[in-house]
Amino acid sequence: MSKVIKIKRGLDIPLLGDAEKILQTPPRATEFAVKPPDFHGLVPKMMIKEGTRVKAGSPLFFDKYNEDVVFTSPVSGTFTELVRGAKRRIMEIRIMPDPEDDYIDFGAESLSAMNREQVIQKLLKSGLWPMIRQRPYSVIANQNDTPRSIFVSAFKSAPLTPDMDFVVNGQEDDFQAGLDVLGMLTDGDVHLGIHADQTMSKAFTEAKGVRVHRFKGPHPAGNVGIQIYHVQPVNKGEIVWYADVQDVIIMGRLFRKGIYDARKIVALTGSEVMNPRYYRIITGAQINSFVANNVRSEEGVTPRFISGDVLSGEKIASNGYIGFYDDQITIIPEGDKPELLGWLIPTIDKFSVSRTFFSFLMPWMKYRHNTNIRSGVRPFVITGLYEKYLPMDIMPMQLIKSIMINDIDMMEKLGIYEVAPEDFALCEYVCPSKIEIQTILREGLDTMRKEFS
Amino acid sequence: MEKVRPNFEKGGRFEKLYRTFEAFETFLFVAGNVTNRGSHIRDAMDMKRTMFHVVIAMTPVLLFGMWNVGFQHYKAIGMEVDLLDQFLFGLIKVLPIIVVSYASGLAVEFVFASIRNHEVNEGFLVSGLLIPLIIPVTTPLWMVALATVFAVIIGKEVFGGTGMNILNPALLARAFLFFAYPSYLVGDDVWIYTNLQEGQQLVDAFSGATPLAYLALGEVEKLPSVLEMFLGTIPGSIGETSTLAVLLGALVLIATGVGSLRIMLSVVAGGLFTGLLFNIFAVNPYMEIPAYYHLIMGGFAFGTVYMATDPVSASQTGTGKYIYGFLIGVITLLIRVVNPAYPEGMMLAILFMNVFAPLIDHYVVQANMKKRLKRMQTAEVKTT
Repeated sequence: MSKVIKIKRGLDIPLLGDAEKILQTPPRATEFAVKPPDFHGLVPKMMIKEGTRVKAGSPLFFDKYNEDVVFTSPVSGTFTELVRGAKRRIMEIRIMPDPEDDYIDFGAESLSAMNREQVIQKLLKSGLWPMIRQRPYSVIANQNDTPRSIFVSAFKSAPLTPDMDFVVNGQEDDFQAGLDVLGMLTDGDVHLGIHADQTMSKAFTEAKGVRVHRFKGPHPAGNVGIQIYHVQPVNKGEIVWYADVQDVIIMGRLFRKGIYDARKIVALTGSEVMNPRYYRIITGAQINSFVANNVRSEEGVTPRFISGDVLSGEKIASNGYIGFYDDQITIIPEGDKPELLGWLIPTIDKFSVSRTFFSFLMPWMKYRHNTNIRSGVRPFVITGLYEKYLPMDIMPMQLIKSIMINDIDMMEKLGIYEVAPEDFALCEYVCPSKIEIQTILREGLDTMRKEFS
Repeated sequence: MEKVRPNFEKGGRFEKLYRTFEAFETFLFVAGNVTNRGSHIRDAMDMKRTMFHVVIAMTPVLLFGMWNVGFQHYKAIGMEVDLLDQFLFGLIKVLPIIVVSYASGLAVEFVFASIRNHEVNEGFLVSGLLIPLIIPVTTPLWMVALATVFAVIIGKEVFGGTGMNILNPALLARAFLFFAYPSYLVGDDVWIYTNLQEGQQLVDAFSGATPLAYLALGEVEKLPSVLEMFLGTIPGSIGETSTLAVLLGALVLIATGVGSLRIMLSVVAGGLFTGLLFNIFAVNPYMEIPAYYHLIMGGFAFGTVYMATDPVSASQTGTGKYIYGFLIGVITLLIRVVNPAYPEGMMLAILFMNVFAPLIDHYVVQANMKKRLKRMQTAEVKTT
């Protein structure tokens, strides 16, 4: 067995509402949507008009700056509505589904009969290519690059995230097929990060054709960025690709069955969910098909719906759609009520990493955490705090400051290529000055990307 | 709150006072503002609470300081009164200084917050209490006000406000007084309130000199006992005398994680190291005194716990904090023992290192960059 990589710095935020290991299949959603904003930095160009009939796998739009990257429909049905936001930005492509899915056939050839170029073309054509993302910049990979290596993290560590062992159960062959596909894309290794104690599924521990690394420690140990850093950090000029477990499974299905079968398992979690559990749905589904009637209703409490985890998910409406990369819906209470002398009173019902609340005396407690910011934004004051929640040899405060002053040289030297906003999510969580660290980091990454493209 | 709010919002009668209103509002209530992007949940800790815990940590020295003002006063005039009277005397003398410090400093903060249109920062909650604690009780109130205003404007606001300052504002206020009005800040007769009322007189053997003043004159034999210096029943600035009270405050800061243990330990290490070095190469009685004496005399303990640890003006990197703290300890002792002009060196040492902290950080950050660069080069060698 390989040695265990111990992540020492980090934090597991104790929240209520972990999903019970029960898998249900809810009724088919009445509406689906593909949301271009899920893909950071993408400028979509529509390929079809409203009213067009689509099949699962039919192209909807492509990337204006990389025309080979197309985005396809996860279900068959009718493209009913194009929702635009500010500046006419395309926000949602809504699809009314047919009762049964009709798939476009991409052909189920044996992988061994294909070369790298054919594999890439198949992924591009079927709309699965966006599942492969890259470091640096944490955006969709460029099919013309050859990555140094490819990483898959087989466990998640952010609060309330789904258990990947449970998710992969019954889909082991699809997962292995997906890993084989990834193996075709790089001359280097495919790395699979597993949890040293908790990952039990043989699909992960005995995966073939990959190098398995064992990790241990608090969040963000499960973040692929942290795993890349501890296995082989991204240097300037290097490109590393990565994909999520469920996306690897969908890729596996494409090559085994020849279709874009977009079913995935999502966890419904959070303190406001009555019965948190797992649901098998199709990506892009409207969430009320499985969320409705399962949300706690309490006088004066507005629930917040998040596609993804509480640290870096996306806020959506109660009838919104699950994001392309997300495998979790989290519902927590909004914190929109003023609180008398809230900053002063020592309480036990609030979680804090500082020991100024008495909650630190009760490590077994789980919290119903709301979305209150608890203060206005302040300049950086406290030092030495952020480092404790970023298990990388990167100086978080100095990096963020270099982004604020837009010093490209400094950002590069401080290691911006190695990080993604999600890796800094805990820094943002603990920041007593309430600085939007993930947003700033994303701006920095955008600046660098623009500079070198 | 909701009723008066429109008066302060744009177009309202007191539009210019919006920031003032907001400061009071957020002081009373944690606003119902919610996250929008990024992390949906945020740690319950905020700046107000951080600063408030520093204030809590200062209460032991504040209370002891008040009592000591009374104690020293009655000792000087040879009157025996009970503890409560001693404390009340101190309270009456110290409270106006605190009020003046807060009022003048906050006034400046509110004005700048309105001009710059940002929220009022909480940093002054701490500075406003630190200033009274590090000056002699005899300092005239107008001087307190002047020094505070100077410190907030020149020390903080010209650099962009809280979080941007280079020097510790409270120490800057003291340094301002120290150089502008030396006769009020140094000497043997400033530390104890001795304005006599009718019928009172000083006791025969009275001297208001601090231990450091004795040492500067080479009068080692006049030093108070170790216990007196540790407990703090000696003359000095209002809050600095009691090492015991400072230790209580340090416990609060360390337990809550608000103050940097790293800096505190390295300042003490730097002080002890230099003290021992003096012991080894001692050429005069001052150099011979046990090294730990330095920790309990003057403002060493107070400066270590409340001043050197100011996160904004201190070194911001982990390694940098060790260097920064250690050098504060070293320089303090150098000024105390080797420099004939100033008996106390803590204030100047910290201010001096405040100036150098960015330089220390610069080299620590460079080291991190170099490591990354080296890693890249070795990676290139491997692949080619």
